[in-house]
Order: sequence, then structure tokens, then C-alpha cells
Amino acid sequence: MQLKTILTTAAMALGLATTAMAQDPTKVGFVYVGPVGDGGWTYEHNQARLAVEEEFGDKVETVFVESVPEGPDAERVMTQMALDGADLIFTTSFGYMDPTINVAKKFPDVKFEHATGYKRADNVSTYGARFYEGRAVQGHIAGSMTESNTVGYIGSYPIPEVIRGINSAFIHARKVNPDVEFKIVWAYTWFDPAKEADAAKVLIEQGADVILQHTDSTAPHAAAQNAGGVITFGQASDMAEYKPKPRVSSIIDNWAPYYIERTRAVMEGTWESTDTWDGIGAGMVEIGEITDAVPEDVKAEALALKDRIGSGEYHPFTGPINKQDGSEWLAEGETAEDGTLLGMDFYVEGITGKIPQ
Amino acid sequence: MLKLEKRPQPSQLWIYLTPLIAVLATMAAGSVLFAFLGKDPVVAIRTIFWDPLFSEFAFYYRPQLLVKGAPLVLIAIGLSLGFRAGIWNIGAEGQYIIGALTGAGVGLAFYPLDAWFVFPLMVIAGALGGWAWAMIPALLKVRFGTNEILVSLMLVYVAEQLLASMSLGLMKNPEGRGFPGSRNLQHYESAHNAELITGTGMHWGVVAAFIAVITAYVLLNRHILGYHIRLTGQAPRAARFAGVVPARLVLFCLGTAGALAGLAGMFEVAGPAGQVSIDFNVGYGFTAIIVAFLGRLHPVGILLAGALLALTYIGGEIAQSQLGLPAAAIQLFQGMLLFFLLAIDVMTNYRLAWQRREVA
Repeated sequence: MQLKTILTTAAMALGLATTAMAQDPTKVGFVYVGPVGDGGWTYEHNQARLAVEEEFGDKVETVFVESVPEGPDAERVMTQMALDGADLIFTTSFGYMDPTINVAKKFPDVKFEHATGYKRADNVSTYGARFYEGRAVQGHIAGSMTESNTVGYIGSYPIPEVIRGINSAFIHARKVNPDVEFKIVWAYTWFDPAKEADAAKVLIEQGADVILQHTDSTAPHAAAQNAGGVITFGQASDMAEYKPKPRVSSIIDNWAPYYIERTRAVMEGTWESTDTWDGIGAGMVEIGEITDAVPEDVKAEALALKDRIGSGEYHPFTGPINKQDGSEWLAEGETAEDGTLLGMDFYVEGITGKIPQ
Repeated sequence: MLKLEKRPQPSQLWIYLTPLIAVLATMAAGSVLFAFLGKDPVVAIRTIFWDPLFSEFAFYYRPQLLVKGAPLVLIAIGLSLGFRAGIWNIGAEGQYIIGALTGAGVGLAFYPLDAWFVFPLMVIAGALGGWAWAMIPALLKVRFGTNEILVSLMLVYVAEQLLASMSLGLMKNPEGRGFPGSRNLQHYESAHNAELITGTGMHWGVVAAFIAVITAYVLLNRHILGYHIRLTGQAPRAARFAGVVPARLVLFCLGTAGALAGLAGMFEVAGPAGQVSIDFNVGYGFTAIIVAFLGRLHPVGILLAGALLALTYIGGEIAQSQLGLPAAAIQLFQGMLLFFLLAIDVMTNYRLAWQRREVA
């Protein structure tokens, strides 16, 4: 007998067993790329897991495995969860894409939710958040607050998600401050406090008095605090321990409503494969408290910008916007298509430096 | 007064006893750790060591042991040759990465050609890549007397940067919507290191690991080169009188270790991992050092040690998801294994003796 057949039979046997015993709790598995205590990306996914538990009480059972490397280890962890009777599995990192699809093929009755990817199947949904909406608000504050006109940006990997954030922040910083320049450092990690601190220090030495980060630790905040006179923004999580300064605001990933909704869909048997990309409007992206370190008028403008994005009245990528090489990307009044945004591999005009290839 | 007394000869008994006691001590200390974390220690130990082999779903985990253990054994066998001769290659992780890059590079270059020779060429390229990367510290040592520990270790970080650059540039999947990472070789039949028999976990890398074990055993016990390696480790001066050329030994040991690590990387990237990605390497090159020592640098010992480490990885994952143990506790548990091994290893070369205080 083929492995696939064995696994499928096992999965079906389990599936039948769960349906037969209606009292059995719905089992939801979570695969995390970092430790739950990272204070950023994985921390927020875990908060949402806890929210699912709170919402459904003993009607749900959640399990998770943290710090799972992307690749064959992820595939094994997912398989193991499915074998153990998980009904729904959230795989919360881009690198889990192919493993998720592989495992989903073997367990047609288990539902999978893959974060930030683009491959779907009958039992695989994808979801992601429009963090670039939050980046627009950050860019506005950064551009208004900088005195050296130098904003430092700690990038993780040069992938569309990160490049989109840089472009969005830059466009909105330039809108309020035409002289602002971005200095971008690539850390090649999502979570490495030592590397992130080094990157922050380098940027501060080069004159940056605002640090934006697309990495998950609070190390850049600590570096900014030591340097003094530098402001930062919480990433993925509020990072409130650095309030009111250096951390003046934050982008918070709020996965809880989505996770609760999808778990409910599985319980009620209404789950379908979908592609979700929500932003400020749906509450998936939140802007953490803007502290008093930010002047009153800047704060009001930032909140107004947030509201206009949230209501759908304004799209952060609205023309005229040129690409870095000067060619036209968006004409006057034109807004970016999701397809272009999802595969974004270019800087907008005005950003110096090249995307690493 | 209790005193350590040097043995005239390393104790044969303790050589074999040490790993066993280390495993038992790890289990005991691990139980205490798990108990402090509020988990039933018996259940935790059973989940880690028993469930992957004999639980309801063992049919899935047993093949996974081969998948996880093969690269460890393959790399550790190569390392053990050098370690025996006092040549310290700490950079197997880098050689593993380069082997994966050269192996996958050849495969991707032929895409989408459907031909039988693609995979064999990838195997050769993977071995050559790892070999060439290990030749850097080897040649530097032979020519300039540099320290191979430092050079090979530093080259790991160079290799990691190369890996990132390849995932983002040259080898990036043109149909990957701008995301980093190469094409998935699992979807390219001529290059796919697939399971030889479905459901067994047996792929070419596992076969290579077994061949390496047997070859190393024969080499060390039946071949003059193996004798030279052992002799150099035990008595470098005597080895020189016996006609051993140290430079040649350095080149051989580092080269073989590099080639085997490169092969492991190539089999991994073409099989279980499937693609070149920024986070492709997960520390096999470093864990293999533990495996080599846990296996007493003996080919058969390494085979067993590789299986044991693979077991703690897989059992550890099960313990995480079923018992909610944190990942750090599992890593700590694995670390304890090496710690106890080294600590108890003292008994191989020393013995405890009661010493009466002499009256003046």
C-alpha cells in the first residue's frame, strides 16, 4: 500500500471517529517559525491561538509547535498534527508554502491555512495582512518627525512583502517631507536580536533619527534608547515596553478575528478555500497607540490617514507614482492592483540603493 | 579522599559504557527538567523515545528517522575521519550548503530537460562542491599553517551569505512571483531525489549514508590509510616515523568530510527540502559533530548515534505538540546529551580512587 493511501485511510478513520463523537473538541494546530516569546510575529499568532481557545472554550483544543524550520521539518510537524487528529492547521510562515501543499494532498479532510503564500488547494486557504497600510501611517510620522532627514529601515529579506512596506513608508514620508532619505539595511533574518541591534546602530551612526524595522525583535528599540533622540516603531507586536519613547507607535498584527472565524467555519462545516488579504479596515492591521512624543498635529494627521485608509477612501499606492528608474508605474489617480503589489520587486522613485539580487 | 587517577590505557569498557550512561543521565536530568515544567516526566520521556518507534503512527515516524538521520550520519562519518587524526573540520554546515548549491545548480541548469543523467551529474556536482569548499581550509592549513577550526567555521557564514544571494538572485524561481527560493526540485522528475520505495523514507541519501558507514569501517580497519589516520591521532610523532605525510592526510580528511557533507546537502535539497531557500540549512553540519563524538568516532557508533539524535528530534516535535513542551526544553535536552557524554568520558581515561591522607 502506498504511504498516501495509508495516511489517507488513517486520516479518514480519524475523521470518521471525530464525526461519530460529536462531543469531541475541534482540534486546531499551529506551526510557528519562531519562539512564542519572540515578542513579534510568532507572539501575535500565539495570542490569536489563545483568543481561539478563549472564544470556544472546551469545544476547541489547540496545539502548537514553535521554532519549526521551513522545509522537511515543517512537513513532518504538519503531518504529525494531522495524524493526531487536527481538523484545521494554521501554518504561519511563507516558507511553509510547499510543505503545506504537500501535506494537504495527503489529508484531504484536514483544512489548512497558510499565511502570506499564494498556493491554494481545495483544503488550503491563504491569508495575509495589508501591512503596507500601516507602513503608510508610519511613513507619515517618520517623515514629519525626522530632523536629520534620514530614516533608517531594517529590512529582513528583500521579498515583495518587505519591499512593499519600504515603498509605502517612503511615499508617505516624502509627502510630508520632500527632503527625507531612506537608508536601508538588510538583516537577512526575521528574528535575531544581535543582528538587529547592529543594524540599528549602523543606521544611527549614519545619521538616522528614525528607525523603521521589518524584523521582529525589540533589539532596535533598545539600541535607539541607548543612542537617545531616536524614535522607533513596534513591529508585528505593540512593543509597548519602549513607550513613550523611543517607540512612538506600532503596527500590530491582529490575527484573532480571522482565526476565530475560520475555526467557527470548520466547526459549522462551512469552511471553504479562500484567499484573504485584509488590512486596517477589517482590523487585521492595527496601529498601536501614538504616544505623546509625537506632536499633537502630526498625531491627528496620522490618525486621519489611518481612518481614510481603513474606510477605503484612500489607497496608499495612489498615482502619480514612478518606479525607481523614472518610468511611470501609476498614473494620476490610479491605484495599484493587488497582483502587482503581491509580486512587488521594485523601489519607487526617490529611494536610493538597489534591491539585493 | 576521592581522587581521579589517570589510567595507563583508556578503558575499553568505559569507551562503550559512556554513551549508554550519557543517554540514561540525559533521560534522568531531562525528567527533572520536564517535571519542573509541570509535565509528567515518564510521559515526556516515553513520547520522545518510544512514540516515534512504536506508537499508533510509527508507520510514518520510522521512515522519518531515516530522512532526519541520513544527513547526520553522512556528515558525521566524514568528520570522524578527520577528528581521529586530530584534524578539526567545524565547517561541515558550510560544505553542506555549498554541496546543495552546486548540486541544485546543475539540476536547475538542465531544467526542464528530461534525462537520466541529470541526477547522477547533480550527485557529482554536490560532492565536488563540498569538497572544493573544504579544500579552502585544507590548502590554507597545508600551505600557510592556518588553523582549520577557524577557517572552516568562518566559511560557514560565507556559505550562508552565498545561499541567501542564490535564493534571491541566480537560482530564484522565475515563476515564484518575486519570492526568494528556487524551483522545487520535487516537481522536476529528472532531478528529484525521490523515495526509492514509497513510504519507506529510503532515498539515495540514506543509501549513501549506509555505504559511507561500511566504507569508513573497512577503511579504518583494513586499509593502510585508515591505519595512518588512527596512528596520527594517537601518536603524531610515531606516525611521522611510519612515513605519514601530514599534509596529505589533512587534504584527504578535510576533502572527504567536505565531499560527504556536500553530498548530504545535495540529497537534501533534491529530496526532502526540494528547493534552495534562504533558510535551507538547519544545522545538520553542527549537530553531526555531536553525532560523531556520541558515536565514539566509530562508523557503527555513528550510525547508532545518528539514529538516536534523529529520534530526539522527531520525538521532541511530538512532545511539543502533544504535551506543549517548549522548543527550548527539547533543545536543552539534546544539549545535555553532549554535556553528559563529555563529562562521563572522563572515566575512559581516568579512574576514581580513594586516597588516604598521608600522615606527616
